[in-house]
Amino acid sequence: MSEQIKVTIDNITVAVAPGTTILQAARQIGGEVTPPAMCYYSKLEGSGGKCRTCLVEVSKGSEKDPRPMPKLVASCRTPVSDGMEVKNITSPKVLDARAGIVEMLLINHPLDCPVCDQAGECHLQDLSYEHGASSTRYEFDRRTFEKEDIGPYIQLHMNRCILCYRCVYTADQLTGKREHGVLDRGDHAAISTCIGKALDNDFIGNVIDVCPVGALTDKTFRFKNRVWFTKPVDAHRDCPTCSGKTRLWMRGDEVYRVTARKDKWGEVEEWICNTCRFDKKQASDWKIEGPSKIDRHSVIAQGHYEGVLKPQNFLPEVIGRNPKLLMNIHDVSGVNKNDIELSKLNGPAHSSDFDKK
Amino acid sequence: MSKKILLEHAHIEGIRFYETYRKNGGYRSVEKALKMSPDDIVEEVKKSGLRGRGGAGFPTGMKWSFLAKPEGVPRHLVCNADESEPGTFKDRYLMEFLPHLLIEGLIVSSFALGSNATYIYIRGEYAWIPDILEQAIAEAKANGWLGKNILGTGFDCEIYVQRGAGAYICGEETALIESLEGKRGNPRIKPPFPAIQGLWMRPTVVNNVETLAAVVPIINMGGDEYAKIGVGKSTGTKLLSVCGNVNKPGVYEIDMTISVEEFIYSDAYCGGIPNRKKLKACIPGGSSVPILPANLLLKTAKGENRMMNYESLADGGFATGSMMGSGGFIVLDETQCIVRHTMSLARFYNHESCGQCSPCREGTGWMYKILKNIEYGHGKMSDIDLLWDVQRKIEGNTICPLGDAAAWPVAAAIRHFRDEFEWHINNPVEAQTRNYGLAHYADPIHVPTV
Repeated sequence: MSEQIKVTIDNITVAVAPGTTILQAARQIGGEVTPPAMCYYSKLEGSGGKCRTCLVEVSKGSEKDPRPMPKLVASCRTPVSDGMEVKNITSPKVLDARAGIVEMLLINHPLDCPVCDQAGECHLQDLSYEHGASSTRYEFDRRTFEKEDIGPYIQLHMNRCILCYRCVYTADQLTGKREHGVLDRGDHAAISTCIGKALDNDFIGNVIDVCPVGALTDKTFRFKNRVWFTKPVDAHRDCPTCSGKTRLWMRGDEVYRVTARKDKWGEVEEWICNTCRFDKKQASDWKIEGPSKIDRHSVIAQGHYEGVLKPQNFLPEVIGRNPKLLMNIHDVSGVNKNDIELSKLNGPAHSSDFDKK
Repeated sequence: MSKKILLEHAHIEGIRFYETYRKNGGYRSVEKALKMSPDDIVEEVKKSGLRGRGGAGFPTGMKWSFLAKPEGVPRHLVCNADESEPGTFKDRYLMEFLPHLLIEGLIVSSFALGSNATYIYIRGEYAWIPDILEQAIAEAKANGWLGKNILGTGFDCEIYVQRGAGAYICGEETALIESLEGKRGNPRIKPPFPAIQGLWMRPTVVNNVETLAAVVPIINMGGDEYAKIGVGKSTGTKLLSVCGNVNKPGVYEIDMTISVEEFIYSDAYCGGIPNRKKLKACIPGGSSVPILPANLLLKTAKGENRMMNYESLADGGFATGSMMGSGGFIVLDETQCIVRHTMSLARFYNHESCGQCSPCREGTGWMYKILKNIEYGHGKMSDIDLLWDVQRKIEGNTICPLGDAAAWPVAAAIRHFRDEFEWHINNPVEAQTRNYGLAHYADPIHVPTV
């Protein structure tokens, strides 16, 4: 890249290539200033802009045209311009809108995390933990759909779907033979096949990995284990159809699940084929490289293992100073002043003891 | 009675057919325009001050000048005839009775923009109109106004009519383009705007039927002359489709210099409210613009008379004003229930949301359910504040303006008629049998008793 342009996100300036989106620029910084993304997937062309969780405020359009943008913009689809200033966590408007979006995403979500295979690595769980409210204001029946069987490997739970369209783009761009899509419109829009077909394609298993929630899960792993009990290891095999680089989720010597390797934004690094994913469930099928580095901030990172990276603390940079204590207790209370040695008093200390000089 | 420009010949028998239309001065603008350069036509439209008649009121000349003109890439003009806004039916009238006026406007505009393939996207429910349009296109083609080498100028133009499948969202320009391409009618994420990448990723202009029809008088009389009609930035004439509690509902052409009061009560227009009822409220520009109570409709917050034009209707912002919108003028008299009315609008937007982005998909359904509870006597006082909060979180956070269109009527109803909502909640049983009536927003006009 020839020229680099400068963009400031939450008071942190970063130089990026022209054409980069605000979200990608924020990911170069990392940490708290990165907006959450439920539908955007950097590997899928045309994805993003739908979930609206990544809304940010552009307080200065660019060096040439410093007017702020009138509305909050979807950072995943808005390219940066030179001198742009973006507010994410420093804007109360953004935080308020984001809380609203999380609430909207959750009002019709079944919240069946205790029986959901995605629990523990679910982006919606993380999102609602970080940005949502602890209770709901929605008093109506949640939306439900008829069950649909979409084949021997993939389980579709339409009730959990947040309609991010990622699986549609995956099937479009990866397989060249898309059999599912979005039917109907509005709040009864549903991922479905036309009509009652099974998804069969060598790479269709990747829709499980791109699904941010538990709407598409692995039938071979269904109800076998909780993800946080299994241990991720990187492994590979000579696969004639894909790269063969995978992540095994093991308990003891048993391989419970095979997924693609994901980077720190939860995105697949290299797509894998169905054979690797669904059929090779023996440890002897694989050459194990070693424990995976997990630095997602959800529950699977908690118990795990080596190489868990500590999140960087960006707060001083964002607010422009070190966080101050709200009140220095030593200044307020005489109890903590050092000029009285408590051990020299007879019996328990009394307030009158502190008044003596 | 103001001057008619678009509907000047609408009363003539057989104006739908080519011979009659031509005899009454039809296609003069094409003869004139094809001798001009395309840039001059854009300049005339700019001078005329014509504003988009589809709802947003964006200056048409400026929109045309934004069109990208890369070498070797075809450009397109698309006519948005997907008129689905509840209360709006002005384009239907134009297409049904004056199809040649639209075709004429399309030829001139296509020439100005360099579009050799022009599309009319018409809503599916107007099942009989595509036949009328196609007949008009065939007539125009037979007489040499369309096809190859029009009037010997070397300009080629074809007009195609495409039916929609009955979705409100396809009236949004990018959703319309997606639908026209044969895809699911989901709005695109902007940027890029259609003027850069529209239909088949080519530069595209999408204009409303009435806007394109108004190009004809602009060329005939000249942009400066057209700009003299009307007032301020509201130039030219506007078609209004009036429905609801008025004596004479229908399509009216006004020149935007008359007051709202005159428009509702004058016999030349709506002819007053039937059965000597009083005016309660009115939506001046199609279902998605804010509703106004009678006192704010007839006078602005400053106490001036409210006029039928873009600026005056928007006076006071959304706090005390509304919008010209698409010209769907819905009048409600004292017997109408605002809660029920708002509920039925919320149901419409819930049904028509495309389901692509989350605030609109989930929020419109939520608003409808809350309003249904209030209307049927299960509401709580906290529901009003909840409703306000939900609409606030939809507005401005969605991909396309449908989210705003769903939020504004609910917001305006709560803003101006909160007492009626409270009465509904406090008197759930009584609210099932009678309406709240008028209260303080009474009609200040004296109603004759005879």
